[in-house]
Amino acid sequence: MKSLDDLKKIRDAAQKKVSMRGKNDGTRILVGMATCGISAGARPVMNKFVEELSNRSLDSVTVTPVGCIGECAIEPIVEVLEGEKRTTYCRVDVRVAERIVKEHIVGGKVVQDYVIGKFRI
Amino acid sequence: MNELSLHILDICQNSIKANSTLIEIIVNEAIKNNLFEIIIKDNGSGMNKKTLSEVADPFFTTRTTRKIGMGVSLFKMAAEMTEGSFDIQSQINKGTTVKAVFKHNHIDRAPLGIIEETISILVLNEANIDIYYEHNFNNQKFIFDTREVKKVLDGISFTNYDVIMWIKNNIKEGIFDIHKEETQ
Repeated sequence: MKSLDDLKKIRDAAQKKVSMRGKNDGTRILVGMATCGISAGARPVMNKFVEELSNRSLDSVTVTPVGCIGECAIEPIVEVLEGEKRTTYCRVDVRVAERIVKEHIVGGKVVQDYVIGKFRI
Repeated sequence: MNELSLHILDICQNSIKANSTLIEIIVNEAIKNNLFEIIIKDNGSGMNKKTLSEVADPFFTTRTTRKIGMGVSLFKMAAEMTEGSFDIQSQINKGTTVKAVFKHNHIDRAPLGIIEETISILVLNEANIDIYYEHNFNNQKFIFDTREVKKVLDGISFTNYDVIMWIKNNIKEGIFDIHKEETQ
């Protein structure tokens, strides 16, 4: 493998960095990554979340690929879990993913345009 | 799905559901033999003979456990479309191996696509399953192994996004290099 030295630098930086406790601690983003999600474009969406969180150094927020919740027609589905609070977004694309990070994760305001209630009641 | 790496991501979800601890993904490209081969091997719970005979049927699904749905049949179709072949072997409690063979220059063979995105998403899986990726292009070889990365990381989590970015670039450059060296 190449550039293992770079990886060592990242490790050393991470070890030195005192993790900043903040309001986002324990926030989880779940991206539906079953056949339906993948074919609807979940992979670039998940990738966008990783990029956005990386750019904003939001290491306390985790992104995890998960299975199908049975609403395949409105994939890609993304769930944001903040403690007991669960927000389900659907038909998420790269642009919406960016908005979720900016407006919901950072700004604390749910992106109403894409919550599941707009598509299923 | 218009990229083979999307199929790989999809098939690996089955391995994750089957409680694997290691998933090996091997891509073999041999231009001389006009061969493009994808092997996905896990050490998960495996399947019995009956399930194994049914997995490639698009109308077969284990809905209660959601172990397999359309994924396997789509991957099979992608291979057979290129005059290739598809094979799946499984042993209970030993694991499952999926092998898809494509004709390298067939017009219907989808490109591998952004494999580094697939691998980085697999690395972020909840169960912390190890991922081994090997890419052979003629005589050139690229290997990525999360067990090696973990050794260096010394406890730092993959959810540190700098690590994921490093992984992505590492795979992207590695695959680019094995193709470049060959053509020179």
